[in-house]
Amino acid sequence: MAKVFIGAAAGFAGDRSDAGVPIVDVLAAQSGQRFLMYETLAERTLALCQLERRQNPQRGYSPALDRMLPPVLARCLAAGIKIIGNFGAANPASAARRVEEMARSLGVRWPRIAAVEGDDIAGKLSASDLASRMVDGVDLARAREILSANLYLGAQPIAQGLEQGADIVVTGRVADSALALGPLMHAFRWSADDWDRLAAGTLAGHLLECGAQVTGGYFADPGYKDVPELAEVGYPVAEVDETGEMVITKPEGTGGVVNRLTVIEQLLYEIHDPSAYVAPDVVLDLTNVEVAEIGKDRVRVSGARGRPAPETLKATVCVDGGFLGEAEISYAGPNAPARAQLAAEVVRARVLRRVPHLNVRVDAIGIRSVWGAASATTDLRGAQTDDVRLRFAAESSIASDVEILLDEAEALYCAGPAGGAGVRRRITPRVASASCLIERRFAEPRVTMLGTPT
Amino acid sequence: MTRTVRLQEIASARSGDKGNRLNLVLVCRDPAHYDAVAAQVTTERVAQVFAARKPTHVVRYDLPKLAAFNFVLDDVLEGGVNASLGLDGHGKSLSFLVLDIPVEIAAETSRRSIRGTVS
Repeated sequence: MAKVFIGAAAGFAGDRSDAGVPIVDVLAAQSGQRFLMYETLAERTLALCQLERRQNPQRGYSPALDRMLPPVLARCLAAGIKIIGNFGAANPASAARRVEEMARSLGVRWPRIAAVEGDDIAGKLSASDLASRMVDGVDLARAREILSANLYLGAQPIAQGLEQGADIVVTGRVADSALALGPLMHAFRWSADDWDRLAAGTLAGHLLECGAQVTGGYFADPGYKDVPELAEVGYPVAEVDETGEMVITKPEGTGGVVNRLTVIEQLLYEIHDPSAYVAPDVVLDLTNVEVAEIGKDRVRVSGARGRPAPETLKATVCVDGGFLGEAEISYAGPNAPARAQLAAEVVRARVLRRVPHLNVRVDAIGIRSVWGAASATTDLRGAQTDDVRLRFAAESSIASDVEILLDEAEALYCAGPAGGAGVRRRITPRVASASCLIERRFAEPRVTMLGTPT
Repeated sequence: MTRTVRLQEIASARSGDKGNRLNLVLVCRDPAHYDAVAAQVTTERVAQVFAARKPTHVVRYDLPKLAAFNFVLDDVLEGGVNASLGLDGHGKSLSFLVLDIPVEIAAETSRRSIRGTVS
């Protein structure tokens, strides 16, 4: 039975830029339809791209595009490997033009590029329209300004771009899993109501969308779950047949591992009810899925079931989230915990006087931090360590209030306890978000082709 | 005969977020441990190890064909990554909070399923 090969070279915008190279080696050696997908669009990324587009109408695509495509573009075009990515962010049309420029500068053949748009609904629904449709997150009714509002489009416009001969499809916000389902619908001519197959394609996309998280990344626990050569972990390739059954594997010669545990951990990652994972194209039921190790780094996944697509589409709405301020300072050597305790008390007292309403969190890294703050009542002095890093954090809609905390932490250098060292401080603008459920009539996916057919 | 092990010895876990809600996947290395884990790693037990974060709702979905469980805990991420002042707004480290739970298993369990490289 003919197989379709889909590799995944990025699971987020900060992923490795060279991850695609070994996958392209594998795909280039295969015949049949082959695709390489990139998921690079976190909620925050899209909001920041929207802000960038307001400044410059030619911008607003994902900065990952310029980092991730050049290492693979020429070979993919030469070998007939189609690329699907949500690099388009707030401006898929500009991303498509950027890919054209890239191809020109590499001196390769002129690619045909499809830009998928229509996910942006900020102009169609007001803040109060969105507020009335929200199901989770920050209260939109109280937001000062909507930064971005984007529907999760499904796989059909991606399949449509491929039908029209695209070598590369760049999208804005689509369901991450649609980056794999779109190619599968196109390659196998699956119909839009073939629920079990659409469910299988959605499952393939879900397993691939976090890149190395299914091949031994985000998995190793030395002595308990050892992973060979994690530094050169191979990113995943799914081999999918016409029935939707798939094998998850990775390029030979790369590090990492594909086994029952890596696959099941990713299968359920960020899923809530496993009998109803809601995607734009289908509702996926994972309860009958079976996972079997069939060879070295080869795991077969079967049994996805589907139910009809939901009436509504999810949208993510981003609003201004104020400012997060963080500052850190270290105390080391004899009596370090007591000096850290005193430093925390000094900063708390100063901030309480200068900005009384500011809620300050103090972490004592090395004693108590990731799993809970060192609260005002925690006594650090009894801790058995000679190396403590204090971290102060606060947020506010007023940047200058947060700056006061950072100034007070930095002032510990000269005015705090003895031996305070290594202050680092930063202030980060925050994006807050809400999820809404939107009627399908507001989704108007558009596919625009660039380049000439070859 | 039974003996007590930490969950980390017999299971694998991964956590992820959606807003202020945490999802935590727990997979038995050896499906033979599924019933023991199901009986002991209950929603009440998990709520207990998360008590400091005051979960408002804890659900466990059972996946016997995979020898796995999916826990969903509401309101445990200090507002989530866009609102938390903490270092781990995603809750990515929290799988290890659950892996520290002690469980009783049959004493004759084979070595392979206890520890070491899984293949």
